[in-house]
Amino acid sequence: MPGDIRGRMTVTLGGFGALLLAVMLVAPLAGTARISLARAFDRSQPFADNVDAQIFFIARLPRVVGAALVGGSLAAAGVVFQALLRNPLAAPETLGVSIGASVGAVLAITLLPDVAIGGISAVPLASFAGSLGALAVVYALATARSRGMSSTVLLLGGVVLTSFLGAMITLIQYLADFSQTFRTVRWLMGSLDVGSYSAIGAALVPLAIAAIGYATLPRALDLLSLGPEAAAARGVDVARAERVALVSASLSTGAAVSLSGPIGFVGIVVPHLVRLIVGAEHRLVLPASALFGAAFLIACDLVARTAFAPLELPVGIVTAMIGGPFFLWLLLRRPR
Amino acid sequence: MIISGPSTRRAFIAAIVLGCTVSAAAPPRRIVSLIPAVTEMIFAMGEGGRVVGVSNYDRYPPAVESIPRVGGLLDPNVERVLSLKPDLVIVYNTQQELKERLGRASIPYYSYQHRGLPDITATIRAVGRQLGASDAANRLAEQMERDLDAVRRAVAGRPRPRTLLVFGRDPGSLRNIDASGGYGFLHDMLEVAGGDDVFADVKKESVQVTTEMVLARRPDVIIELHYGDAARAADFQKQLSVWDALPAVPAVRNHRVHALVGDEFVVPGPRVVDATRRLARTLHPEAGR
Repeated sequence: MPGDIRGRMTVTLGGFGALLLAVMLVAPLAGTARISLARAFDRSQPFADNVDAQIFFIARLPRVVGAALVGGSLAAAGVVFQALLRNPLAAPETLGVSIGASVGAVLAITLLPDVAIGGISAVPLASFAGSLGALAVVYALATARSRGMSSTVLLLGGVVLTSFLGAMITLIQYLADFSQTFRTVRWLMGSLDVGSYSAIGAALVPLAIAAIGYATLPRALDLLSLGPEAAAARGVDVARAERVALVSASLSTGAAVSLSGPIGFVGIVVPHLVRLIVGAEHRLVLPASALFGAAFLIACDLVARTAFAPLELPVGIVTAMIGGPFFLWLLLRRPR
Repeated sequence: MIISGPSTRRAFIAAIVLGCTVSAAAPPRRIVSLIPAVTEMIFAMGEGGRVVGVSNYDRYPPAVESIPRVGGLLDPNVERVLSLKPDLVIVYNTQQELKERLGRASIPYYSYQHRGLPDITATIRAVGRQLGASDAANRLAEQMERDLDAVRRAVAGRPRPRTLLVFGRDPGSLRNIDASGGYGFLHDMLEVAGGDDVFADVKKESVQVTTEMVLARRPDVIIELHYGDAARAADFQKQLSVWDALPAVPAVRNHRVHALVGDEFVVPGPRVVDATRRLARTLHPEAGR
């Protein structure tokens, strides 16, 4: 019944879209500092002198936009990895792409402290390059067999790659200077204070490619969850769909991590929560998760920015504090 | 940098007492120091000849280059420490496991922790007592206190700029900024040098700072402290342009964003006097010294 699904699409996307819009409107109003919106939008004062305007446009707005992009990307990547690996525990971190991005950033902080390219520091660029490096390894693993991917091989490979790259980070930290090691620890806590629109602009390029990939996937992911043979029997080009899924989810993970550092739990909690609300169909789950992930991370960052004012918590602590107990509850509630 | 609150002060004092109680009666002759600040203190009081082992992070005075290295804060090499047959080991207060092992080997240790500026001279006096070199230690401590007082007097009565003291941020951007809070030797040095800490109300050694906080706190002066090679000062100076992204901050508008390079800003030893003088010259260039 196409009419029925179209109605549900409208309701679902409308609902989650409205939630995201509401959160995006509220979040820039609060922060560690108190500002007056009237003064922030007062054009009679030059921008260079207007503290309220600078707090709003330089500190808060890029942060809210960054949180939306990172949260949406991680949640969408979580949905796709869970379907691709046919494993509810899969997350953007599972296959090593996220930690690959961390290796890149840690290397740049240690070895390239003074390099900037086109006004963007080497750290996010190296981080994205690191995620591509990890993707190349995972892709080679995935395509080593001629007939489709084995989710077991991918999972095993991902786990091994993750611990291997984790050891690389430890090695770099061990060899680095004490102050550089401290910088890397800070980066690995994750932070959405992106500080400039150019970093966001750079992240939009891989995110746009990932979004195009995602747009082709929902039907294939629905059928893949029945198993690759069943999907192939219904006309899905399984090998192609799996590659598109792997590359798109990895690109969005890499872009997100290079923008904010690693932020856990969004990619695993949000998809499960959204499935509870809208069911398992990917044309609903995928866009709804992206919208809800964006809203969730903006809200978590709002808590991180305001709960302990004038100090701020790293946002990864807030997502874990909310996401961890919630996920355990979810596991207890659904005995299988 | 170790982050700690005032509540650990009691533990620190207890640790000093403990360190003294396990100390040998005769003055130690073979000292292993895992703490660069204390190594500098021992050399400055003229007892560097007794130091037989230093940490991987020791760089000053140049004489440490020829002394065996025995690991760092997180990875002390117990085997190397023991093989040097020390009769006193200077450890950091949090190196619990190392302390236990030294205790089992009946090797006396002195437990140290970074604190405020007055604690530096207090540590010099305590270490001097332990070494049986109280006279030299007291002279050194008194000289430092006089020098710091001279800095304090030189800037007295001048307007105190509200200062953001940054000791770390991501390279090439304003991300993950770490700054001095209202506690610890960096904060104390800033106060002596005639500046008011914009985070004086945050009673922590370090504050994780966002661009919003910098904009809201409106520092008159921003000083970045860089650990390492002074030859790279020009590089650090060039990188200061990242702050131009926040033009409403008075320090940015009035071109009062500075980079200071040198180990003396991160090693709370005798060279804090030089560090404080450099801070004072940066905050009050007109005071001329």
